[in-house]
Amino acid sequence: MRLLTPLARARGDGSAHEGAHHWWMQRVSAAALVLLGAWFAWSVPYLVGANHGEFVAWMARPVNSLLLVLLVIAGFYHGWLGVRVVVEDYVHASVARMTTLAVCAGISWLAAAGAVLAVLRTGMGGA
Amino acid sequence: MVAFRLPRGSEVRKGRRIPAPDGASRVREFRVYRYSPDEDESPRLDSFEVDLDKSGPMVLDALIEIKNSADSTLAFRRSCREGVCGSCAMNIDGTNTLACTKAIDDVRGPVKVYPLPHMPVIKDLVPDLTDAYAQYALVEPWLKTESPPPARERLQSEEDRRKLDGLYECILCFCCSTSCPSYWWNGDRYLGPATLLQAARWLEDSRDEAAGERLNALEDPFRLYRCHTIMNCTKTCPKGLNPARAISDIKRRIQQRR
Repeated sequence: MRLLTPLARARGDGSAHEGAHHWWMQRVSAAALVLLGAWFAWSVPYLVGANHGEFVAWMARPVNSLLLVLLVIAGFYHGWLGVRVVVEDYVHASVARMTTLAVCAGISWLAAAGAVLAVLRTGMGGA
Repeated sequence: MVAFRLPRGSEVRKGRRIPAPDGASRVREFRVYRYSPDEDESPRLDSFEVDLDKSGPMVLDALIEIKNSADSTLAFRRSCREGVCGSCAMNIDGTNTLACTKAIDDVRGPVKVYPLPHMPVIKDLVPDLTDAYAQYALVEPWLKTESPPPARERLQSEEDRRKLDGLYECILCFCCSTSCPSYWWNGDRYLGPATLLQAARWLEDSRDEAAGERLNALEDPFRLYRCHTIMNCTKTCPKGLNPARAISDIKRRIQQRR
């Protein structure tokens, strides 16, 4: 039991002077996803019924490769920012919180890097 | 972790039923949360039948009538009975509001009265707001200046004074903070809408010289950015204020100085 005054409890260890970047990037990545998502939704109908070769050819076009890579990065980045908020909201023990955040960050990086690699290899005719 | 279930001994049990006095014609049922730390028992919901002919039109009037006529042990805070002191904030008919400005006629069916949600209960309808007040103290809610005081009053243009409208009216009843899920889950670190609205009130004041210092103290993932714009605060505010907008303004201001 710690006999802290209410003000000491409220102040805690003070402000982290952080959070604005996260808040702003959430909005920037959301805006990027609106644009990239619209492009993707516009492109998909043209690929319905396409065979593997046609799909690879579509992906190999520089504009499509570029936008796909951006879509994947923006998607996983935005997802990671959101997951971080959820974990901070609900996981209170600090060790458990830091561990969960680290694992989620790892998964996001891995998934994003894998997806980017897949787009590049496919686009460059590697697979 | 977040508590999805009530702690042991907190489940609200069925309580006593106190009927209206004989000869009452306009009877209304009030179901009131009761808890006493002196009794080693779970809280209970007592049902009081109130003769509206003997009570005023507001929920607070009925509570006073219950305390006067039916059960003098009922505990609640009240003072001004006209919506300016913020003492009688409680959860009525599922919404945090002031008992003194909530008309009984506006409630359908039995009037359910609980203390403000997710705060420790001292007794019956009296919540422990100690930590909420300490968080209010944290934002240093007073005018901070370094310039020597002027010979007369500190001047403020009418335009700048208008920027305080919608902020200065807050009576610190904490209806908003205790309606906020983010405050329920992280109330120990998140400052909550009531305190953040007050922080915005001093940030907006053209006479204050400590804006940067105030923003420094607020820029924190928990103190400020636990607000996810759920907007329960704005919906519930009995004074019709908009804490959600005040919080957004603080976030925007922090972004603009980066």
